Amino acid sequence: MNRFFEVVRRDLRLALRQGSDSVMVVTFFVLTVVLFPFGIGPEANVLERVSAGVLMVTALLASMLSLDRLFQADYEDGSLELLVLTPAPLGMVVAAKMLAHWLTTGLPLMAAAPVLAVLLHMHEDGFLTLLAAMALGTPVLSLVGGIGAALVLGARRGGVLLSLLILPLYVPVLIFGVGAIDAAVQGMSAKPHLLILAAMLAAALVLAPWASAAALRQALE
Amino acid sequence: MHRFANPARFLRLAKVILPWSNAVAALCLGAGLYFALLGSPADYQQGESVRIMYVHVPSAWMGMFCYVAMAVFSAMALIWKHPLADLLAKATAPVGAAFTFLCLLTGSLWGKPMWGTWWAWDARLTSMLILLFLYFGYMALVNAFDDPERGHKAAAILALVGAVNVPVIKWSVDWWNTLHQPASVVKMGGPAIDSSMLVPLLLMAVGFKAYWISILILRGRAEIAAQKVRIIRMAQIHAAAQGE
Repeated sequence: MNRFFEVVRRDLRLALRQGSDSVMVVTFFVLTVVLFPFGIGPEANVLERVSAGVLMVTALLASMLSLDRLFQADYEDGSLELLVLTPAPLGMVVAAKMLAHWLTTGLPLMAAAPVLAVLLHMHEDGFLTLLAAMALGTPVLSLVGGIGAALVLGARRGGVLLSLLILPLYVPVLIFGVGAIDAAVQGMSAKPHLLILAAMLAAALVLAPWASAAALRQALE
Repeated sequence: MHRFANPARFLRLAKVILPWSNAVAALCLGAGLYFALLGSPADYQQGESVRIMYVHVPSAWMGMFCYVAMAVFSAMALIWKHPLADLLAKATAPVGAAFTFLCLLTGSLWGKPMWGTWWAWDARLTSMLILLFLYFGYMALVNAFDDPERGHKAAAILALVGAVNVPVIKWSVDWWNTLHQPASVVKMGGPAIDSSMLVPLLLMAVGFKAYWISILILRGRAEIAAQKVRIIRMAQIHAAAQGE
């Protein structure tokens, strides 16, 4: 367990000292969301209707754009090989890196989301559910995205390829996340949607580090 | 299974199977198309457009079947390092993608007169579309590496991860209240369609499967030949370098 937190600390330290990564993700999130009122017009009722979808889709894209720094830099400078060689199980190291990724992307996105929800005139009944859906959904994005990031190591045009691999797998998170917020805004219970999101998180928590570790082993073979 | 890890043995077996699978594909597709287009009654609700179903339903089955086959081959390749399983998984992907596309295309051609729309965002249609994207992702990943071996391995893991989508497609019509009708052929208490319609449907399904086997053999052969060419070229380069 010590080794787990050691890897988390290392990744967090790298992310914070190199500075701009988290800020860039949030900036991308804010800028893209702000584009929508220009694109579809500033009418409050239209924006309110699409707010849940816009927030979840842009959060998903922002999270995906930051995936390459999960393994790519470590792969290029060789430290990934050292991490694989540590006596700790590789799945645990990978899970630690995914946790660090979520802390530096998912968490800032969650912090920014309510402010943007105000800008999009989201109904205030949806705010709590928005936070809950993002708290359950963004870790799934980091976990599942980690598999893709490990698979494309060393590939040609890895960035575009990553989106092709990962976006289809992100769709369920999007469907149930938006479903939860819409249900809450319309005065229905958001619980079933949130429970399914939680189930996806539970499954991804167990399976994704394992699959990602398998992919890393292939990449470093 | 491990007997067929030897390419020479696979090639011998393929030579025996290929004429049979070709014949079965031609006969079943010929007879199936005859019954589907001419020899079966029009539906009392759907009219003549029911005939689209004889292509649509077997294509949908094939789209899912090919993905399962791909996932099984991938698992074999990862677990036992079975050298042919990689090639067969890679050979299955375009076939599955083509059938999935055919399923979506015929479905929307049928949907326009019946539902009044080319496309509806219901669970069955959406999960099928995701399946198509998973095939595209697989094919892109397999070819994205300079080292073909690495491409096979990475794509095998992706195929297994994407396999979670298959049960979602299968049961999407039961889990959600969809526009797409629930299963009527494979269900408890026997099929709910008349035998005059079931026969062409099954003939088409068997024909498609036989077609897949033929394509698998042809593409598997081509892959083995391509590997041989690669090895011979490497040997030539090596010999030339030694000679200098």
